[in-house]
Amino acid sequence: MAAILVENLTKSFNGFKAVDSINLEVSEGEVFGLLGPNGAGKTTTIKILVTLLKPTSGKAFVAGYDVVKRAEEVRKRIGVVFQEPTLDLELTAVENLDFHGRLYGMDGRSRRRRIKEVLELVGLEDKANVLVKNFSGGMQRRLEIARGLMHEPEILFLDEPTLGLDVQTRRRIWEYIESLKESGVTVVITTHYIEEAERLCDRVAIIDLGRIIAIGSPNKLRKLVGGDLITLEVDGNVNFSDFNISIAEKVTVRNGIVEMTVKNGEEAIPLIIESLQSKGVKIKSVSLRRPTLEDVFVSLTGRRIRDEGEEWKFWLRMRRR
Amino acid sequence: MRELQGIYVLWLRDLKRYVRARSRLFGSLGMPFFFLIFFSLGFRRAHIPSLTISYTDFLAPGIIAMVILFTSVFSGVSVVWDRQFGFLREIMVAPISRTAIALGRILGGATTAVLQGWLMLLASLAVGFSPNPIGLFPAALFMVLLAIAFTGVGIAFSTLMRDVHGFQIIINFFIFPVFLLSGAVFPVKELGFVAPLAMLNPMSYGVDGIRWSLTGYSEISPFFDFFVLFTFSLAIVLIASYLFKRTEV
Repeated sequence: MAAILVENLTKSFNGFKAVDSINLEVSEGEVFGLLGPNGAGKTTTIKILVTLLKPTSGKAFVAGYDVVKRAEEVRKRIGVVFQEPTLDLELTAVENLDFHGRLYGMDGRSRRRRIKEVLELVGLEDKANVLVKNFSGGMQRRLEIARGLMHEPEILFLDEPTLGLDVQTRRRIWEYIESLKESGVTVVITTHYIEEAERLCDRVAIIDLGRIIAIGSPNKLRKLVGGDLITLEVDGNVNFSDFNISIAEKVTVRNGIVEMTVKNGEEAIPLIIESLQSKGVKIKSVSLRRPTLEDVFVSLTGRRIRDEGEEWKFWLRMRRR
Repeated sequence: MRELQGIYVLWLRDLKRYVRARSRLFGSLGMPFFFLIFFSLGFRRAHIPSLTISYTDFLAPGIIAMVILFTSVFSGVSVVWDRQFGFLREIMVAPISRTAIALGRILGGATTAVLQGWLMLLASLAVGFSPNPIGLFPAALFMVLLAIAFTGVGIAFSTLMRDVHGFQIIINFFIFPVFLLSGAVFPVKELGFVAPLAMLNPMSYGVDGIRWSLTGYSEISPFFDFFVLFTFSLAIVLIASYLFKRTEV
């Protein structure tokens, strides 16, 4: 059974189509990414999947239940970490977790056990009884992730989980998410960070202007752009013909730097090195540049995903609180 | 049952926040307390023909009801804070019905309002108010009903507000008129031709019920007070739950 099934889902706000007839399927245990620029419809899609918004048309099934008709069954089985903080600042970390556990019908013993487990998972055990308003932004986000997992959901939704966080915290959060794979939880992440999507996700749906323009594993998506680029630094005089290797789709040679476009860079490198060495070419260095999902996005839409101004704006908004 | 757990935990949260905000707790009692002291002082020689008890005894229940009015409306409207700060989303995404959420908030807000009312009652003893001790039980009942009624009203308002700026309008154009037109500060009879307006005000019945319980003086019948308050509370709980269901986060 698919963890999530979305059929022709559309959401309009006063005639504006925020989500335009999207289709997707997420398998159990998968880490699935929704990658796109701000305003693409990621958050709206998530809100529909977590039953906070009703679709204008189309269907969505989460954990096997219709999000409109059986919303309560859906809610029991999902955990959500929103983009904005949703913790109660006037309560402690433990109280926030306990509150959540009770809302989800957990009994006392399960709550106590689970509170310990999730606090350990995100490294906040020693801050258990601190009021959340005294937490840093990164700590709050970690607590939110802990809280989302508190009731052991089948599916965890993360809306821009590392937005506005420093590099260190970001990496830690990535580690937590990676460790989730072992537990079999299905994870859905929305993000506009390329690195995040590439690193964490088994499959990614690229979304722009309310439509999904590509779905697949990061590897598969990269292949849409063309090949990997291998750059070799070679010594001495070179003959162009030396580099006429069958697997190379395109070769350029310039000042001792050779660029080759190949289908699968990782597999091509040993073959190329062998071939060149057998022809007596001295190789000084090799590097491999793979197209990123940003390249995929650009090639599909002609635009870039990242808008440099946003993160700064978000940071300002957080501070004012 | 999970729904009851949910209502309980929402109620518990409201209580925890109330107890922890010590400055808000005592601070909000300041204004009504000064009202009580200085009005009863200033008006102690004023002669109101329809009044058969001392003005202090008349005013104190009115001030207690005032505290309940303010606290409960604020509690209800504070749901807007939860919406603005995102906490409401956490609640809405949980497997608990919207009705239970509304109920939990109403009970939580009403509890804090009644507690504030009791504190005010204690404080008024210091000013020379001498309530009838037997009346404390029926008074508590009226206080609870009044609190439920206006917490419900607060929640209903909160569904219409996008952010906390609407507070000003609510304080000035709702809470104050309701308070002043309720017989809290002067007998409703004295309003003359405007008196019928006061009869439309649920607060009037709460004030009258509390006053009757504590002093025996009543302008309306205590049974009618109870009936109106009870019916209004029931209706407002249903209305608030309905409006709450329709809000999007």
